[in-house]
Amino acid sequence: MSKDVIKTNVVDDRFTFAHEGVELHDHKLATKSRGYFADAFYRFTKNKASVTASIIIIIIILFAVIVPIATPRNVQTLMDPYYSKKGPRDTTFYRLGVDGALSNVYTDRTIIYELSKGVGAEFSEEKPVVTVAESMDSYYQPVVKMKAYDTSVGGSRENRFDADVDQYLAVGFKYIAIEQHKFDVIRAFEEEHNIKIMYPLIANNEYTYGQDSADAANFWYKTKGKADPIKIIDGVPVIQKYNENLVLEENYMRDSHGNFVYRIYTGGGDSSTAQYRVRVLYYNYYRYLYGREPNYLFGTDSQGYSMIYRLATGIRLSLIVAVLVSSINFVIGALYGAVEGYYGGATDLIMERISDILARVPFVVTITLFQLHFAAKIGSFASLMFAYVATGWIGTAGAVRAQFYRFKNQEYVMAARTLGASNRRIMWKHIFPNTLGTLITSSVLVIPSVIFSESMLSYLGIVKLGGAKTTSLGTLLSDASSIWMSYPSLMIFPAIIISLLMICFNLFGNGLRDAFNPTLRGSDQ
Amino acid sequence: MVKYILKRLGLMIFTFFVIITISFFLIRLLPQEMPQEANLQALIRARWEALGYNKPIIVQYGIYLKNIFTKFDFGTSWKISITKPAIEVMGERILPTVIVNLYSLLFSIPVGIGLGIYAAIKKNKWQDHVISTLVILFVSVPSYVYAFLVQYFIYFKWRLVPTNVMYSLADAGGSYFSFKMFQSLILPVLALSFGEIAGLTRFTRAELTETLTSDYMLLARTKGLTKAQATTRHALKNAMVPILPSIIASFIGILGGSMIIEQIFSIPGIGNLYIMSINQLDYDIFMLESIFYTFIGLLAGIVIDISYGFLDPRIKMGQR
Repeated sequence: MSKDVIKTNVVDDRFTFAHEGVELHDHKLATKSRGYFADAFYRFTKNKASVTASIIIIIIILFAVIVPIATPRNVQTLMDPYYSKKGPRDTTFYRLGVDGALSNVYTDRTIIYELSKGVGAEFSEEKPVVTVAESMDSYYQPVVKMKAYDTSVGGSRENRFDADVDQYLAVGFKYIAIEQHKFDVIRAFEEEHNIKIMYPLIANNEYTYGQDSADAANFWYKTKGKADPIKIIDGVPVIQKYNENLVLEENYMRDSHGNFVYRIYTGGGDSSTAQYRVRVLYYNYYRYLYGREPNYLFGTDSQGYSMIYRLATGIRLSLIVAVLVSSINFVIGALYGAVEGYYGGATDLIMERISDILARVPFVVTITLFQLHFAAKIGSFASLMFAYVATGWIGTAGAVRAQFYRFKNQEYVMAARTLGASNRRIMWKHIFPNTLGTLITSSVLVIPSVIFSESMLSYLGIVKLGGAKTTSLGTLLSDASSIWMSYPSLMIFPAIIISLLMICFNLFGNGLRDAFNPTLRGSDQ
Repeated sequence: MVKYILKRLGLMIFTFFVIITISFFLIRLLPQEMPQEANLQALIRARWEALGYNKPIIVQYGIYLKNIFTKFDFGTSWKISITKPAIEVMGERILPTVIVNLYSLLFSIPVGIGLGIYAAIKKNKWQDHVISTLVILFVSVPSYVYAFLVQYFIYFKWRLVPTNVMYSLADAGGSYFSFKMFQSLILPVLALSFGEIAGLTRFTRAELTETLTSDYMLLARTKGLTKAQATTRHALKNAMVPILPSIIASFIGILGGSMIIEQIFSIPGIGNLYIMSINQLDYDIFMLESIFYTFIGLLAGIVIDISYGFLDPRIKMGQR
């Protein structure tokens, strides 16, 4: 019809319509179109910091998954009390400094004590005592390196030594009680592997030190006073100072024939139940007990479990808590916020009041109340989860509500309603996808905050998640809290992991926010 | 304005009461433990009888509210310091908390705002990149990690301070304001400040970069102001509108303190008392602490909202 109108007005017949007789359609898009998420992903990959952060997160997650799988079952549950709180040590990387050593300052007496463990381990029937210099090559010498330093500065007349001492080998010798049968097994093991586990016992005389102390088995040399090493010169004990060619005077127990004594009878009946006391080099005894050398790449935790395994399970637990909380909050928050925002009015007012009151309860009070009421009945873990969920969804709900308010009066929603779409369809099919970006961002940012608060609550002792099988990052920290100055590795590894997780998840979340909502880029709220 | 404030106050009191009521019932429903000692047990039983702890819980709630309104009595400490009024037990602990957090705020506000301004002025130059990167690191790392770091380096390695925990009142010469006490407070104050500084720097930088690029800044420059004049007189003033309320709120927040820092540095403060009250199951103290934390949170919220109105005339009260 309109064509005719125009035609009547056009006088000149020389004009022709360019598209006469042609139906006009939109062109098909020449380029491939990109969806909302693909677009967000593209923008995300442009953000170097976020990509790096996600790679680190993936590495940490892989660490948490692979380490428990790669750890042999017997090592997972291996808890050796003598090798607890130790630093990283691995025989493969021993020369690279992964030697379980702590640096400390020693006096003559204490450095000789440490060195003597290496000397004692080189014991043989033919040559009971080697020189200190010779013992430095020993596999069992705990002193990794040492140097004497100038003491004239401090004004003290005593010698001082700076030494790195392998804390595993420094355990030295221990007395243990075993049965006849076990004695034979150890003897067989010694011969099979060509290592020495049992060493001669120490004589009980005026030169013996600390008969009842835990370190008694280490004083195989003659001592006086506060365990000062001595030499008997013309019947007079003389206190020895450190020098390279020092030969300590041994104080081993001998029988009436002058042979070294390896065991003494302490009780029990016949040949199979008889109890003996023997003196073992703990490092080799450990090898006998567990069939492995004490290789702990991250050291051991405060109880003596392998730190790398505990860390991996701790990360796993913390991440599981965080992801569960975040996804439950996602669902509850989305439902609650959607209903609030979509219906508005009185519904909104009442629901908003409720969530407002819940949000105002201090979080630490909520968690404490949940722990006090439910921890005994449903366990710490479950009550922790419930406490997080009880108030955690409020922030998400608020974000969803705001988005619903923004979109619910737009034309396309009205169009959908006119076409007869139900409320439910409008909410979930038409409005909800618009809120997904915000929702995903806020859910991801929940993860670091949960990890942080879990570690804090465990540290404070409000939540007690630790056990023989499981542990959390916060529990590891809290176990280390009072002793970490002497054993820094107990604190360093969990603290580094938590900090890394926090930094990376925050960067990752910020990257997501920028990707989903480019207009917010750079703002920090 | 007055109407808006009154409305907010009314809502706050309502919320406050609901939370207190819920907490009261949840806490009183917990089983109470008696001390081992027989004499003490008898004493506590007698006191509980007299105070109505054995009546139905609704009646207990009535008594509790009545005591608060008539005598300002929030119950009694049964475990931490036996039969001392809870309000006194807590009162002794407010000062240490406030001091530590006040020092930390006084230190971190100027540093944080200064760094933020510097970063905003040097936007996209290397100085800004350095500051922004550090801010991301420092905001994310938990405060207890700083606590370990300062303890390890400043106390343990370098021996710059005499102690790694807060002195008790007697050790520091009987006053919280002596120099010796200040020395022992350096570590907790530092540990608290890193995160605070990073947060403030980020906030200030974000706000100031926004105002620096606005049209009125262009106008200010066009009418002949130097960049420094325009920045201090126009941009900074406007950037402060959202920053100041948050600072005011943190001044209220210092009453609450930081539980974990108090625990690590053994500061005898509010947070420390909270942990004690949970570990020893001293429920009246726990109840009072819950009331206190709730109140602080609500107060901070309302102060932020109201101060916005005072600081920025463009924000009309009640019409936001």
